[in-house]
Amino acid sequence: MSGEYTVSREDWSLHRKGEIDRERHREKVREAIKKNLADVVSEESIILSDGRKIVKVPIRSLEEYHFRFDTGKRKHIGQGQGDTKEGDVLGREQKKSTAPGKGAGEEPGMDYYEAEITIDELAQLIFEDLGLPNLQPKKKPELASEAFEFKDIRKKGISTNIDRKRTILEAIKRNARQGQPRFGKITREDLRYKTWDITYKYESNAVILAMMDTSGSMGPYEKYIARSFFFWMTRFLRTKYQNVQIVFLAHHVEAKETTEEEFFTKGASGGTRCSSVYQLALETIAKRYNPEDYNIYAFHFSDGDNLTSDNEKCLKLINELLQVCNLVGYGEIEGPYYFTSTLRVVYRKIVNPKFTSVGIKSKSDVYPALKTFFNPHPENAAK
Amino acid sequence: MHPQEEMKILEKSIEDITAVAKKFNLDFYNMYFEICPAEIIYSFGSYGMPTRFSHWTFGKAYHKMKTQYDYNLSRIYEMVINTDPCYAFLLEGNSLVQNKMVIAHVLAHSDFFKNNYYFSRTSRKMVESMSLAADRIRGYEFKYGRDKVESFLDAVIALQENIDPERHINPGGVQDKKDRTKEQTHLGRNCSGGKCRQGKEETPYDDLWDLERSECDSTCAEAEDEGKKIPGQPEKDLLLFMMNYARDLDDWQRDILSILREEMLYFWPQMQTKIMNEGWATYWHMRIMREMDLTEDEALEFAKTHAGVVQTSKYQLNPYYLGLKIFENIEKRWDHPTTEERKIYERPGGQGKQKIFEVRETENDVSFIRNYLTRELIEENDLYLFKKIGYDWKVTDKDWEKVRDGLVANLYNCGLPYIVVEDGDFVKQGELYLRHVHEGEDLDIYYLERTLPHVHKIWGRKVHLETVVDGKKILFTYNGDKVYKKTI
Repeated sequence: MSGEYTVSREDWSLHRKGEIDRERHREKVREAIKKNLADVVSEESIILSDGRKIVKVPIRSLEEYHFRFDTGKRKHIGQGQGDTKEGDVLGREQKKSTAPGKGAGEEPGMDYYEAEITIDELAQLIFEDLGLPNLQPKKKPELASEAFEFKDIRKKGISTNIDRKRTILEAIKRNARQGQPRFGKITREDLRYKTWDITYKYESNAVILAMMDTSGSMGPYEKYIARSFFFWMTRFLRTKYQNVQIVFLAHHVEAKETTEEEFFTKGASGGTRCSSVYQLALETIAKRYNPEDYNIYAFHFSDGDNLTSDNEKCLKLINELLQVCNLVGYGEIEGPYYFTSTLRVVYRKIVNPKFTSVGIKSKSDVYPALKTFFNPHPENAAK
Repeated sequence: MHPQEEMKILEKSIEDITAVAKKFNLDFYNMYFEICPAEIIYSFGSYGMPTRFSHWTFGKAYHKMKTQYDYNLSRIYEMVINTDPCYAFLLEGNSLVQNKMVIAHVLAHSDFFKNNYYFSRTSRKMVESMSLAADRIRGYEFKYGRDKVESFLDAVIALQENIDPERHINPGGVQDKKDRTKEQTHLGRNCSGGKCRQGKEETPYDDLWDLERSECDSTCAEAEDEGKKIPGQPEKDLLLFMMNYARDLDDWQRDILSILREEMLYFWPQMQTKIMNEGWATYWHMRIMREMDLTEDEALEFAKTHAGVVQTSKYQLNPYYLGLKIFENIEKRWDHPTTEERKIYERPGGQGKQKIFEVRETENDVSFIRNYLTRELIEENDLYLFKKIGYDWKVTDKDWEKVRDGLVANLYNCGLPYIVVEDGDFVKQGELYLRHVHEGEDLDIYYLERTLPHVHKIWGRKVHLETVVDGKKILFTYNGDKVYKKTI
C-alpha cells in the first residue's frame, strides 16, 4: 500500500460519548418537564391519550437560544419544478392547536422542540412528592408496597456494599481463633457484604371515594378539569399503592355508583344536590368499608352551584364524613359562569385539619390541587 | 463476503479512485479512511468532530439524527474532517459502489480544504486541539462542578457564532510590528486572560500565541488610541471582547471562551463555503465515477444514490445541487464563451477546468453566488424567493437579480445577524452595550430576550442590545432579573 492513504476498521464499542450526552439531555428534559408539571398535567393530549404510551411535550427551555433573524419576516429561497410564478402558495402553516407542535417538518421556522416521554415516566415525575395523608395502621392489612431492605449478609458481593462492622468482627474472631485476640490485617475471607431483599411493606388498607358533579351546570370545561384530576389520581394511586380501592360516585340531583369507564365518559344533566352523593358515600362506608379496617379518603369535585336549600345539609354530612375519613377534599371549579355564593363559601365554616378545599381557576391549577390533596405530610403544608 | 476480502477490494478501489483524482489534478491531503458503525458516524456528525467536548446540546443533536436514522428517514454516507492527514469516516454497510462514490466525493472535499483561501488559516491539527480542550473542560467539571461548567458552556454556546472570522483570515493588516514591546506592556494591563499572555518563549507552541496576539492587539491598541472608550471601533468578536474585558471571569471561564471561539473559527469556513464545497465534491464524484469500470447494476445503483444527493426541495436550496450546477455552468462558459464574452472579457475559450480550479481557490459562497449565479441558471432551475404572508408561504420574487441578491443576503455572515460591541463601559458603570447592525431584517425577539441573559452571565453586569423592530429603534436591556425594552 502506498503511504498516501490508510483504511481501517476499528472497535468502536467503547465510544459512548454520544450516548452519555444523550442521556444528559434526557435528564434535562425530565427536569424541564418537572418544572412545568402544572401545565403538563392538564395537557389535553395526555388526558385524552386513550392508552397511547408516548406523549409529546413542548419544551421551550431546552431550545438553543442565540441571536437570529425572525424567520417569519425573512425571505427564504427555494426551488420549483420549472413553472413557479410570483404569488404561488407553497404551503400553509398548520394553525396552532392548544399546544404548539411540529408542522409539516420542512417549513422554515417551525422549530419548537418537543420531547417525547412515556406516560409512565411522566407519572413518576408527577407522583414523586405525592402520598396519602394521615395514613393510619388499621386492623386488616392489605395495602402493600415494595421496599428494599438490606437484611442479609454474604461472603461475596460488590465492594460498595461491604459491611464494615461485621468484616472487622470477623477479622477479630479469626485472629482470636489463631490465638491473638486483636484487630489485625483483614483477609479476603473476613469480608462480609450486605445484600438486599425485596420486601413488601404492608400498609393499611385505603379506599378512595371519588365523587363528581355531573349536573347540567358542569360544562365541558368543568368536566375536563375534574376529569384531569381524577385521571392522575387513579393513576397515582395504582402506581404507588397496590391494593387501594377506588369507588366512583357520580351525582346530579341523585347520586349513584358507577364503573370507572362510565365515571369518565358519561355526561348527565339536571340540577345539583350535593348532599345526595355525601349520603351515598356515608352509606357505602357503613356497608363496605369499616373505618376500623380502612383508611378512607373522599374527594368531591363540583362547580359549587348547589341548590341553596341543600347547603346546610351538605355541611352536616361533610362533618359526618370527617368523623370516619382520614381526609375529605373538596375541589371547586371556577368556570365562566362562576358564582361567588357557592358551596365553598359554606364550607369555610368547617374547622377541621382533615378537611381541605381548593379552588381551580385554570388548567394549570390541577397540579397544585393534586399536591394539596395528596400531601403526605399535611402538617408541613404552607397554608 | 469475508471482511478481510471486503477490505482488500475497498483498498483496491481507493487506489484506483486516487489515481483518477490525481489525473484530474485534484490536490488533496494524505487520506485516512475508517469504517464506522452508524452510531459513531452520527455522533461525529452531531459533535462536528470525534474528539470534541461533551455537552447536552450535542446529545440532543445526536438523539435527533440517530432517531431519524433508526426510522430510516435519513442517512449520512460519510463524514470528512478538515485535517492533515484528512480523516474520512465511511458508514459500515455502505455498498461498494456507494463507498466508491463517497471516496471520490471525499477526495474533492480534501482538495477543497487544502486549497480554498478561507481554509488557509484553519488549524489542521484540530482533532488533537479539540481533544486537549475536551480534557481541560472535563477537568473543570471535576474541579468546579458539572452544573457550574455546564451552565457556563450554555451561555458561551449561545454566543459562539458572534466571532469575527474576517480578522482571523486576514489578520493584522494595519499592525505595526515595531511597537511590539510597548504593546505587550499594554496588553499585560488590559488583557488579563485567555490568549494575551506574555513573557519569554518557553515551549515550542508559544509562537501560536503570536497568531492570536495580532488579533487582540487591534482591539487593545484601538482602545488606547481613542482614549478611554472601549472598544475604539465597534467590535464584532463578542467572545474575544468578553474574554479580554469581562471583569469577574475566572481563568477557567476565559479558557472556555477561548476554546469555543477557536472551534468556531475552525468551523466557520465550512459554514461559509457550504454550497461551493458540496458542489465541488459532487462535481468531482460524478467525473471520477464516469472513469470507473462499473457493471450495469453498479451504474444503476450509483445513479440512484447520486439522484438522492441532488434532490431539490421547494422550501430550501440543496447546496449539492446548486453548487454542482454553478461549477458546470462556469466550466461551460469558459470552455465555450459566446462571441460577446470573447470580445468584452477577452475570454479565449477552452479554459473551463482552469477557471473552476481558480474559483474553488478564491471564492466563498457569498462571492460565488454574486459572481457566478447567472440569470440563465436562476431561470433554468426555477429559483425563487418566498415569505410567510399570513398563514401561507408565498412566492414573492422571481426576478433573477432579486433572487440572486436575496440569496446573497441570506448567506451573508453565514445567515446570522451582525452584532457588535459598541461600548464596554456604558454609562461608566461597566455595562455592555451591543448593537445589531440592522440591514433590513429584524431579529427574532423571543430568541433575543432569551439570549441576553446568557450575555449577562458572561459579562457579569447589565447588558443592552440596540436593534430595529418594525422600523423603530429599540433598546433591550437585561439587568440580571428581567428583560426591559424601550424605544430610543
